[in-house]
Parts: sequence; structure tokens; C-alpha cells
Amino acid sequence: MPAFRVNKVTPHIALLPMALTVLVAYIGAALWTFKTSFTASRTFASDNFIGAAQYVRLFDNERWLLSLHNLAVYGVCFIIACMVLGFLLAAFIDQNVSGEGFLRTVFLYPYAMSFIATGLVWQWMLAPGAGIEGAVQSLGFTSFRFDWIIDQELVIYTIVIAAVWQASGLVMAMMLAGLRGVDPEIYKAARLDGIPAWRVYLQIVLPMLGPTVATVFLLLCTAVVKLYDAVVAMTGGGPGTASEVPAKFIMDHLFLRSNIGLASAGAVTLLIPVLALLAPYAYARSRRKRA
Amino acid sequence: MFTVRTLAAACAWLCVCAPALAAAAAVAQAPKAEVIHWWTSGGESAAVKQVAQAYRDAGGVWIDTAIAGGDQSRAVTINRIVGGNPPTAAQFNTSKQFLDVIEAGMLNNVDKVARAQNWDQMLPEPIVDVIKVDGHYYAVPLNIHMQTWFWYSKAAFKKAGIEKEPESMGEFFAALDKLKAAGIIPLAHGGQSWQETVLFSAILANMGGKELYLKAMRDRDQATLLGPDFRKVMLAFKRLKSYVDAGSPGRNWNDATALVISGKAGFQVMGDWAKGEFTNARQIAGQHYGCMAGFNAATPYLIQGDVFVFPQTDSAQAVRAQQLLAKVVSQPDLQVTFSKLKGSIPVRTDVNAAELDVCARKGIEIMKDRGRQAGVTEVYLTPDQNGAMQDVLTAYWNTNMPVEKAQKSIANALKY
Repeated sequence: MPAFRVNKVTPHIALLPMALTVLVAYIGAALWTFKTSFTASRTFASDNFIGAAQYVRLFDNERWLLSLHNLAVYGVCFIIACMVLGFLLAAFIDQNVSGEGFLRTVFLYPYAMSFIATGLVWQWMLAPGAGIEGAVQSLGFTSFRFDWIIDQELVIYTIVIAAVWQASGLVMAMMLAGLRGVDPEIYKAARLDGIPAWRVYLQIVLPMLGPTVATVFLLLCTAVVKLYDAVVAMTGGGPGTASEVPAKFIMDHLFLRSNIGLASAGAVTLLIPVLALLAPYAYARSRRKRA
Repeated sequence: MFTVRTLAAACAWLCVCAPALAAAAAVAQAPKAEVIHWWTSGGESAAVKQVAQAYRDAGGVWIDTAIAGGDQSRAVTINRIVGGNPPTAAQFNTSKQFLDVIEAGMLNNVDKVARAQNWDQMLPEPIVDVIKVDGHYYAVPLNIHMQTWFWYSKAAFKKAGIEKEPESMGEFFAALDKLKAAGIIPLAHGGQSWQETVLFSAILANMGGKELYLKAMRDRDQATLLGPDFRKVMLAFKRLKSYVDAGSPGRNWNDATALVISGKAGFQVMGDWAKGEFTNARQIAGQHYGCMAGFNAATPYLIQGDVFVFPQTDSAQAVRAQQLLAKVVSQPDLQVTFSKLKGSIPVRTDVNAAELDVCARKGIEIMKDRGRQAGVTEVYLTPDQNGAMQDVLTAYWNTNMPVEKAQKSIANALKY
């Protein structure tokens, strides 16, 4: 009987540190941020409650609105590009190409680099007059222009390029793992029926990868919301405010501009889309468990 | 027997060593100051070494905590104050950066030194505005930087056929046109938001004069910010964009200075720290390059600078170290040697300026006229307001935002 008891208690004790971390560091900090967003805190947190004034001010701020817009553009482009590219790479490697191990490493390698390093490298590659533009011009195409990084409208796409370069390898690895789980008999059967390979992948294999795709999608979503370091390293939010993102707005107000209240309001606002994405997912999972 | 002998030996040892121990204790008693600052570039670290040496000469122990980057350094200072492990002293800019820290009661005042040296009379008003709160002084100013100097290349002037320094906005634009016609970049500009604010401050001060400048930046008067005079300033600022080269976005200020040094560009509007770049390139003020604090004798002199603050502490020893440091850094001789290396000018006007360069001497001369003294935007605005204005200015500069909208956005940003 006592042995049974110990067995029941042990996993809970083992989980305790993690549970405490989640409770204090994540949920506790989130609640504290929520509270602070309703105060007039500046350099230091204060208990001077001012209602929703920080939120009113936040949505009166053009840089914040532009940041949200940029994040939406970036998010859609980044997720679609990563998924498509990652899947294509995985399907390509799945053809039993020679040197698979080597190619897999090459595609996954960018993910091992920090975002700051990625950003700096791409900043050099995209700098007008040097990098890609300079290289093509030196080949004789003197009228070639690729100056997106100093263009108001296009600068956000340069950040998409850098981020996709970095993250699509990870998507490939996960998709490849999914593909390897597909029953080889299916390919054989499809070949017997004379179905072209692209249709097999698109209409048969891809639907079977549902859970993998969902996981990849969720991972990419969190990567979108926390976008900060690549922007700082590549453009510093510029030219002007053209490539500002919400996380940078929050960091600036937290540390440089001594306005913890406004920064907290921004952070809470940013939490809402994350919860909106997570809630249906959690709901679906809990229903499946019950069923 | 054995224990007695040991005891005797111990006594003898103690007798011999006691004076030495006492001496060691005395050294430990010397005021020990840990100072956080962000003076890490060549000229800056040479300058701070002078302060450290002067502090040691006065009998103190200097512990240097240099942190690269002002933002980073200030964040560390505030975190350590909040965390209960404050440094003895810390650098801030002469601005509202540390107002919240004063109001939270986390700084010791330096009234004793201030009274002894009669700061009320001696210091420029914009500096007193930020370091004196509720009748107490909370920071010791070290130097004065002027943010909006016009630097120009004499070689570029010659090539473009410009004979004299412009004395009005009209003449300034005429000079820029001449430079453009001669195939020279008229205005070297680093396209980062803070540099756009520097450029804008220069135009506001020169075009609007002290009255409009203070009404807009200090009083944050909505009618002024939305009015026609402020609009003229905004339009002139935007007009400068057409004199800037395409490579400007994101450029660092010193790369822009390099363009002036090499004669590829005519003008740059930048703080007097740019002098260090000219000096490193072996150029001499008045010979290879020129400096103008403004277009005429009424242009306000926009003051910025560095101060030391002294976090609250109960330790009497730390307070002693703080008082000693406050006394040391306000000595005229140290202020001159410090400024000479840093590129700034001393806070005190009762100094021997002979060994400073021609631009610094111009600055000291201007500072004697109290009517020309004003602060940079950060002296009047909170970091938050200043940042919000900076966002609007950089967006206005870089996009084709209509001037009415930019005016409204600035008024809105300064409303809070």
C-alpha cells in the first residue's frame, strides 16, 4: 500500500519545479503585467490606477498601429513562405536523393544561428551598393537595383526574407519526420493507379500530415509574435518607422522611454491574438480527449 | 605549558602586527566610489580617466564600472537601485532621465556642495531646471554639450564657391544649392531617428528663435504646435531632405562626419562630440573645417551634457565617498581637462579656456550670455514624450506625410 502511495506522489513532486515556474514566472508575470497596464507607472511600477487610459493612448499612437500592421504583413508572408518552402524541401529530400544527410544539415543549419547574426548577415547582403546588388552589378548588370531595405514600403519584406531563410529548415525537418511516418504502401498504390507524384503529395500525403502541419503552424505563430531581434539587427525599425514591430515598441517603452504602463498595455494587447490562436486549439484537444 | 607559549607567541605577533593592521584598516576607510558610466570610446575613456585620477589624488578609491551604450548603462543603474545594490555614483544625461528616480526618493542630494559653490548663481538655468527638484540639488553636472552645431568642410565651400558662413535660413539654403550644383552632397545626414530630431531642433532654434523653441518644447503649447510659425519650421526641415544623399537611411553619425572630413559633403548638423572625429583625422578647426553654433547672435544655445547622480544609501562611508566625488568633479581645472578630451565645454564659466580649441571657445563665449541658453528637447520633455515626438519626426522625414498631419501628430504626442 505505501509503495503505491509513493508511486502516485513521485510524478507530482517531479513536476513541482516546472509547475512553480509556470505559476510564478509565466502566469504571475502575465497577471502583474495586466495590473501594471492599468496604472500610471513610469520608470518604476506604481499603484496609481488610471483605468484604461494607457490603452486609449496606445491606440492613439501611430507607431503602434503601424507596428501591428507590419506584424500582420510579416506574419502572413512568413508563415506561408515557411510552410511552402519547408514542405517542398522535405518532399525533395524524401525522394531518396543521394547525400540526404548532408543536405538535411545544410537546410537546418541557419536555424542554429542567432537572430542577431542572421539579421546582420542579411543587412550586409541587402545593403544597397554592396551585397547582392553590388555582386550582380559587378557581373555587368549595372542597372540592377535591389534596395528594398531602404524602401518605406518594401523594407518589411526584407525581414520576411531573412526570417524565412532561417526558419524554413526547421519546418523541413518536422515535415520530413511526418513524411517518414506515412505508410510506403500508399505511394505504391498511387503509382499503380497512375496518379502523378505532385497529386499524391498534395491530395493524399498532405492531409495525412494534419497534426504535423498544425504543430508547425503553432510554432511559427509564436515566432511571429516575438519578432524583435531580427528587426533590431537589420533595420533598427527604419527607415523612419517603416519596419517597426510591436515587440520593439514594448522594449523601447520599457527601457528607453521609462513608461512601464504603456509598455504593459502593449504587451497585454499582444497577448490577445496569441490566446485567440491557442484557445480553439486547446478546446479541440480537450474535446478529443473526452471523446 | 604548550598553550601558554602559544598564547604568548600570539600576543607577540599581535603586538608586531597591530600597527600594520590598523594601517590596512585606514586604507579600507578611504572613501570608495563605484561609478557607472558609458564613456567607452577613445576620447571618452581618456576623459573619464582624468576624473578617476583626480578622485584618487583627493584620497578616494575609484572603482570603474564602464558599460557600453547609454541606454544599457542607465538600465543597469536603475535595476541596481531598485534591487538594493546601488553604485556610489552613476552617469546620466542632463535631462529628465532621472526625474522619476528623484521623485521616488532614491537619490541623495548634494546641497552641501551646491551651497558651497553657489550653484544657484553659477550654473546655467536649463541645467538647474533638471537637477534641482523641490529646492534640492540631486546631480553634479560635469560638462555641456551643444547638440546643434553646423560643421562644414572648408574644401567643399571653396569648391562650391561659398565665401562666407550663412547667416540666415535663406543663405543656408543658397549655400546648399551651390554645393549641390558643384556635385557635392550638400548635407551629410545619418538617417536615424535621433539624428533627425537633432536636425529638427537646429532648424527650430534657428528659424523660430528662443521664444518659439521654448513655447513648443518646454510649454508644449498646443496652439503653437498647430500654428503657422511651427508649420514653416516643419516645411524647412522637410525641404532639407532634398539635399541629402540616397545612402543616408540608417547611417551612423560618425560616418556622416567622415563625409564632411573627406570633403564629399558640405554640412553636417551634429553635437560637438563630432569634433573628436575631425581631430582623429588630423583636421584643425578653423583651418580644415568650420563650426557654427547658429546663424546669428540670437540663436539659442541648446544645452545637453552629463551629470553624476548619487543613489540613496545608509552607509556613512558611501555618503562620504559621494560628497568627495561631488566636490572633485566640480573643480574648474578638472572640468577643463575633462572637456578638452571629451569635446564638450565646462559647466563653469570661470575657467581658463585658453587650452581649448576654437569651437569650444566660441561655445564658452556664447554661454556667458544667459539670454541664449536653452536646453535640448530632453531637458523639457520626459523620455516618453521625447521618444513619441522622435517617432513622428522620423516618419515625417522619411515618408510623404502631409505637414498638417505631422503637426497634429506632434501636438498629440506632446499632449500626454
